[in-house]
Amino acid sequence: MNHKKFAAGTVALASGALFLTACGGGPSSSGGDFTDDKIVLAVLNDQSGIYKDLSGPNSVKAVEMAVADFKKKYGDDAVVDDIEIESADHQNEPDIANTKAQELYDRKGADVILDVPTSSAALAVANQAKTKKKLFIDIGAATTELTGAQCNKYTFHWAYDTYMLANGTGTSVTEGGAKNWELVYPDYEFGQDMTDQFSAAIEKAGGSVDGTIATPFPNDNFATFLTKAASGEPDVIGTMQAGGDLINVVKQYNEAGLRDRGIDLAVGLMFITDIHSLGVEQFAGTTFTDAWYWNMDEEARAWADRFTEETDTRPSFAHAANYSAALQYLEAVQAAGTDNADKVVDQLEGKKVDDVFLRNGEIRAEDHRVIHDAYLAKVKDADDVKEEWDYEEIVATIPAEEAFRPAEDSDCSM
Amino acid sequence: MSDVLQYTVQGLAAGSFYALAALGLAIIFGVLGVVNFAHGAFYMLGAVTAAVLLDTTEIGLWWALLVVPLLLFGFGVVVERLLVQWLLRLDPLYNFLLTFGLTLLLVDLVKRKYGVSGLPYERPEVLDGRFELLGVGLPKYQLFVLIFSIAVCLVVWLVMTRTRIGMIVRASTERPELARALGINVGRWVTPVFGFGVALAGLAGVLAAPFRAITADMGNDFIIILFAVVVIGGLGSIVGAVVGGFLVGLVEAFGQAYAPTYAQILIFVLMAAVVLVRPAGLFGREETA
Repeated sequence: MNHKKFAAGTVALASGALFLTACGGGPSSSGGDFTDDKIVLAVLNDQSGIYKDLSGPNSVKAVEMAVADFKKKYGDDAVVDDIEIESADHQNEPDIANTKAQELYDRKGADVILDVPTSSAALAVANQAKTKKKLFIDIGAATTELTGAQCNKYTFHWAYDTYMLANGTGTSVTEGGAKNWELVYPDYEFGQDMTDQFSAAIEKAGGSVDGTIATPFPNDNFATFLTKAASGEPDVIGTMQAGGDLINVVKQYNEAGLRDRGIDLAVGLMFITDIHSLGVEQFAGTTFTDAWYWNMDEEARAWADRFTEETDTRPSFAHAANYSAALQYLEAVQAAGTDNADKVVDQLEGKKVDDVFLRNGEIRAEDHRVIHDAYLAKVKDADDVKEEWDYEEIVATIPAEEAFRPAEDSDCSM
Repeated sequence: MSDVLQYTVQGLAAGSFYALAALGLAIIFGVLGVVNFAHGAFYMLGAVTAAVLLDTTEIGLWWALLVVPLLLFGFGVVVERLLVQWLLRLDPLYNFLLTFGLTLLLVDLVKRKYGVSGLPYERPEVLDGRFELLGVGLPKYQLFVLIFSIAVCLVVWLVMTRTRIGMIVRASTERPELARALGINVGRWVTPVFGFGVALAGLAGVLAAPFRAITADMGNDFIIILFAVVVIGGLGSIVGAVVGGFLVGLVEAFGQAYAPTYAQILIFVLMAAVVLVRPAGLFGREETA
């Protein structure tokens, strides 16, 4: 107890001293507008489990890159010099996410929490952000609830959501001639949500969903589910499985030779790390919607090269989105001249943004959905792959306004 | 009809993994009295080792089917000598906890080294494609898995029933005191038996590599089903483990086909039913259970 008091005293003294030096020192730091004379960006995500590779520790690296770029851009003109990065592992559990978010906001002085994959965990953190009146920018989770019924003033949704995935893949594959669908989905919130969104998109585009099959989660044996889905000879089987389960589905889809029977496979949510881990041969020809691809143009590629120097791997869209969110947050702080959450939100709302990740981006004020161009991608044939991680061919760009759910369809009221 | 044939083959192929791995589990339990919770991790190691061998040395599936079980046998021997043997005299719970801890350790080490999104694996081209049977195209690889594992189970069964080593192992399993009284050095067989059990789990892992996701977590759910298999078959019963394995595979496949939501629950319903009717399992004997 005494130790704690002593430590707290020291910290108070030290920050007091810092405060004084800051005021007396350079004109650049207007310390008074910053609660603790610094900005703390906290990355809360899966550091050890199934989403580690697609986001995880490398997202922290991406945020570090954003901080470095911000400092480089503003140098002495930056409104704040001291920018710290915290990270924590929520293990995809809503309870842990909830506790960690409180700890980050209250004890680590986090001004913004970034990433948070897994919908249930993201919704828990959104609730904390609302209570604590601190910012939360979600990247890794897919649920439209974040910008729907459970939206709030301090929560933004940056990269993608179930509507974007279903709308992109469901609509374009149906319009491409595959009218009859069978959907296979993991029986939990994400899978059910995706199946509803896909069904809506498919029917709107003139196709029909002949059957849906709920599977256990996690699961490693899909052989029979696939045989059953294929028995009605649909044009395409849509799978909503993710991560390791998706790999099982694809391996067993190939095993059963369904492509040779003219039954295509469409994937609800896929990250480039999935293609890398299974090998491009197994996925060849699969259609899916991507939020960003590292090799889609010069700008993306240049950034990806920098990322690779830091991490030895190519970035997923989640990595790029973490970079983008951190950078735009810092830009907003710079413009507001303070870390006061309400003022930063004012800066972000309605802002049109173009950066390495957001193309034709806009931070929608109505529901805090960040809209941007999305991409319909096809996995290349092994023969067309020119270098490692060169897996995707962008077939079409879905313009920002069409890619995401229109604001008027959202149940959000802030 | 063609669907039923297809589901049957799929069920038996899935059952092959369960049968092979459960066989190892049953032998280890029989001779050592150890409930080896790390069996799922050994199955995972088998698949991961096969993937790493293919990636680094281009050793394909055929050689992996030989090399990987040998490597895992060696690993099992080390684990038994270094860890398991010290707890054999204590309550079985101690080794259960030890192997549980070992599982966490192995899974995390693999995650650290190879990440979480899995490793690629390609099978030999001979096993690509389908085999026409009664007008139904059955994946060649599934048939191969089925035939191969039945062959391995048969060999193990022959060794157990027709050779001196097998007799000693069975005697040590079923009546250790009596075996000792007859001058058999039961302790001598403990280490190789453990290694052999681990090798069988590794073999199941190699067979799974071409059509399951190869990730550090692949053994986590596997081990739970495996326990169900062993309980259904009868703890420590060699025939029971094999029959239980194929039975559970079939239940899983037909469950997925006709009651998808209940596919996994059905396995445990079956387990509960078996335990109610025959507490020692289908082939277990009351005394050993």
